Amino acid sequence: MQEPNTDVIQGTLDMLILKTLSLQPMHGYGIARRIEQISRDTFKVNPGSLLTALQRLERSGALDAEWRQTENSRRAKFYSLTRAGHKQLGVETEDWTRRASAVARLLKAEG
Amino acid sequence: MSLLRQLTRGLQALTNRAAADRNVADEVDDYLENARAAHLARGLSPDEALRAARIEVGGVTNVKEQVRSYGWENAVETMLADVRYAFRRFRGNPGVTIVTVVTLAIGIGASTAIFSAVNPILFESLPYPGAKRITMISDMGADGSPVDVTFGTYRELLQRSHSFDAMAVLNTWQPTLVGRADPDRLDGQRVSGDYFRVLGMSPMLGRNFTSADDRANGPRVVILSNALWRNRFSADRDIIGRSVKLDDDDYVVIGVMPATFENVLAPSVQIWAPLQYSTVFGPDSREWGHHLRMIGRMRAGVGLAQARDELGAIARTPRGDFPRVPWASLKSGLLVHSLQDDVTSGVRPVLLAVLGAVILVLLIACANVTNLLLASSARRRGEFAMRSALGARRTRLTQQLLTESLLLAIVGGALGMLVAELGVRALVALSPAGLPRVGVIRLDAAVFAFGLVVTTLVGLSVGVIPALRASREELNLGMQQASQRTTGGHQATRKALVVTEVALAVVLLIGAGLLLRSIRTLLEVNVGFDPSHVLTMQVQESGHRFQQDSAAGDSARYEFFAEALGAVQQIPGVTAAAFTSQLPLSGDFDGYGVQFENDPNANATGSALRYAVTPSYFATMRIPLLHGRLLGAEDRAGAPRAALINESFAKREFPHDDPIGKRLGFGPSDGRLYTIVGVVGDVKQSSLADGETDAIYLTPTQWHWVDNRMSLVVRTNGNAAALVPMVRNAIHSVDRNQPIVRVATMDDLVGRSVADRRFALILFEAFGMVALVLAAVGIYGVLSSSVTEKVREIGIRAALGASPESILTLVLGQGMRLTALGIAIGLAASLAATRAIVSMLFGVSRLDATTYLAVVVTLGAVAMIACGVPAWRAARLDPNRALRAE
Repeated sequence: MQEPNTDVIQGTLDMLILKTLSLQPMHGYGIARRIEQISRDTFKVNPGSLLTALQRLERSGALDAEWRQTENSRRAKFYSLTRAGHKQLGVETEDWTRRASAVARLLKAEG
Repeated sequence: MSLLRQLTRGLQALTNRAAADRNVADEVDDYLENARAAHLARGLSPDEALRAARIEVGGVTNVKEQVRSYGWENAVETMLADVRYAFRRFRGNPGVTIVTVVTLAIGIGASTAIFSAVNPILFESLPYPGAKRITMISDMGADGSPVDVTFGTYRELLQRSHSFDAMAVLNTWQPTLVGRADPDRLDGQRVSGDYFRVLGMSPMLGRNFTSADDRANGPRVVILSNALWRNRFSADRDIIGRSVKLDDDDYVVIGVMPATFENVLAPSVQIWAPLQYSTVFGPDSREWGHHLRMIGRMRAGVGLAQARDELGAIARTPRGDFPRVPWASLKSGLLVHSLQDDVTSGVRPVLLAVLGAVILVLLIACANVTNLLLASSARRRGEFAMRSALGARRTRLTQQLLTESLLLAIVGGALGMLVAELGVRALVALSPAGLPRVGVIRLDAAVFAFGLVVTTLVGLSVGVIPALRASREELNLGMQQASQRTTGGHQATRKALVVTEVALAVVLLIGAGLLLRSIRTLLEVNVGFDPSHVLTMQVQESGHRFQQDSAAGDSARYEFFAEALGAVQQIPGVTAAAFTSQLPLSGDFDGYGVQFENDPNANATGSALRYAVTPSYFATMRIPLLHGRLLGAEDRAGAPRAALINESFAKREFPHDDPIGKRLGFGPSDGRLYTIVGVVGDVKQSSLADGETDAIYLTPTQWHWVDNRMSLVVRTNGNAAALVPMVRNAIHSVDRNQPIVRVATMDDLVGRSVADRRFALILFEAFGMVALVLAAVGIYGVLSSSVTEKVREIGIRAALGASPESILTLVLGQGMRLTALGIAIGLAASLAATRAIVSMLFGVSRLDATTYLAVVVTLGAVAMIACGVPAWRAARLDPNRALRAE
């Protein structure tokens, strides 16, 4: 039997990151875990893609990043949503909902 | 906001790569650690947890690389690396780099300079609104050449023609500005009221001329050029209404022209005054003198042909209310040209020829750059094959090649800009006096960019494509360095390019050779006098005591010129001196109708040059007397009028008779005839290339009018130019207010008369040299790389017993075959191409065998040297080393 596809749907990673961070600031691993948990392991996040996406979102101003010291004295990078990020999330969510429901309608349509 | 963030973060990463890398590493490590901790928490052993975490992350180094490669700064870093690599390559290969850069610089620089100069003159329209509607109207001489119009003709056309919005006539004017500073002789124009309206321009301060200004005895008003206003009147905006003193009179300034106004009819003009000719005049008045230039602005919708037709019809149908005089009968018709054509027609052939020459240079430069890049890409085929084998992507290789080519282009372009700037300056300095619009010649950025882009694009496409093909298809071959088999195609292209270069160089050199021979021939032309050790200058009278048309004024003039001549003759070192009304080769041209006695029909429209000369003129100029006697002191006012004619005139008019004693009417028909008393040698008046013109010499006092400017000619034993201050002092000792202008030695004037051709010659010579060198470089490059590629073959030949001589001959023969083919094509092309310069040739056929032969020999010799070096290298090749070379 074929393994289920766990790739994040192309173009949605940014939105998933933004949504995850809209609850609270998090570091990269936390974001990956959260996406996997909430999607009930439908999506597995590729760390390389995730960290690159974080880099890109930070550069574009959707995220702010902050280095914190962890208890075992490592440096961890915590990301939080900026106002621009909130706005982007709103836009992307609306866009996604519109398209997803369109796809759903198409699939449900008979004959 | 985000753009700023992009920029600052990128710059941070760029300036502190180590810190940026540590951040990425820390983040990935933290991710890994969190993953490991999570696996530990699920009960895996520490080792297993670490393994699981590593699997989950999917290769720590890969992730780091992936994250690190995000951001624009990475592209910059790659580019910088490419630039550094390129510079290392250039340093490793300085010969090719320098030749490429210099070739680019010369090609781009020379063509930019020439295009910059030619563009405003030949192709841009004149800087006036509706410039296409401005026309130049001239009377037509018996031989079809343009002649200045008379005021009478202007008045008639103004009234009768309906094709024009406005018409104007103009005359030169050289007033002396007297003020707080030293007297200053100005270049001016006397213009009829509508002059600026014809050009479509108006003053930026004050007002334009009106018809009320332009009438006989009208108000003394002037309009200043912007430059004069700035330089002499410190750009004073209150100048309007103030008066300035010109000669002995006060003139009111009524206007100042804008700085953008370009007076293309006479660029040096600083001041304008109304012409103020009388509308009522008799046949002997100045209003019937051919000394005015006439321009007109055609009505909107009227074409040149239509204006021509209308003016032609008016010329053919005289009307009683506009009586004409015989010398302005308009019998031959009128010439109507666009002002643009009129201004540029004289220099058009020269400029087009030069333009053609520089295009050839640009083509040769392109061919050479292409050749060099082809050679270097061929050499790098192994490198690229190796790099693609190691996984370099094609885009990456292309990017690097582009970087290299662009660097060459930028360096070459920068140098080219320098060459162009110097070139433009040199062109302006070299430009012959007749070149219009010299003032607006400046570096044309668009042309420069065009040259840069074209040359680079050609080089790029040729340099990049083969290298890429090598990287893709011939990986294996490339790495084996199997050069004989893979470079065949390249060599063929490069040979074709070399043949082209040689052919183009032949065309240029033949052009240069023909011009050189023309100038030599021209300078050997007998001018009819001895120009060495002769100083010339024009002396004018200025001031009230020389009041026009008054007996007192006339005698004051004669007196001044006579006294000045006496003073000049006293100067030590002066062997002879004289005044003449027109000076050979100076641009003077003053002719009048001639009518022989008892011969009312023949030669009725013929005209002859008038020289009013003091008797010592012939001794000063060393014009030989062939027959009869010279003019003398006895030929004064009141005495029977005496005239000399020139030799070819005498031979044509009196092929069988003795001309001495024949009588003729000359100039205004006042009923008094001149008796021919002698025949003198022919003299070139307007140019060395001209045929002989009819000339009549008479004394100033026996002429109908009195000349108010005369040219002084002074012969000395020594250096004529050194005499200037003494002659100036001598004239000023008679009257210090009289302006002295146009000071030049006769040798200068002879030189100037070939200035157009010399201008073209200098450029053709320079371009010919460049072409020759580039062609030699091309031949050398191809042969040299062919020797390198054939090292093994040559080694085998040598090992099998080929003598160094036979190898030398082999390689030389290869190069010389290319050269010979190029020369043959070049000669064939020249047969057609020399048509372009035919109007500049003199005394030499455009198919002159000597020139063609000389070019073939020169190019052959240069090619021989270029081939000799690689051939010699091949002949000295040690077979042992050659066979091991690959």
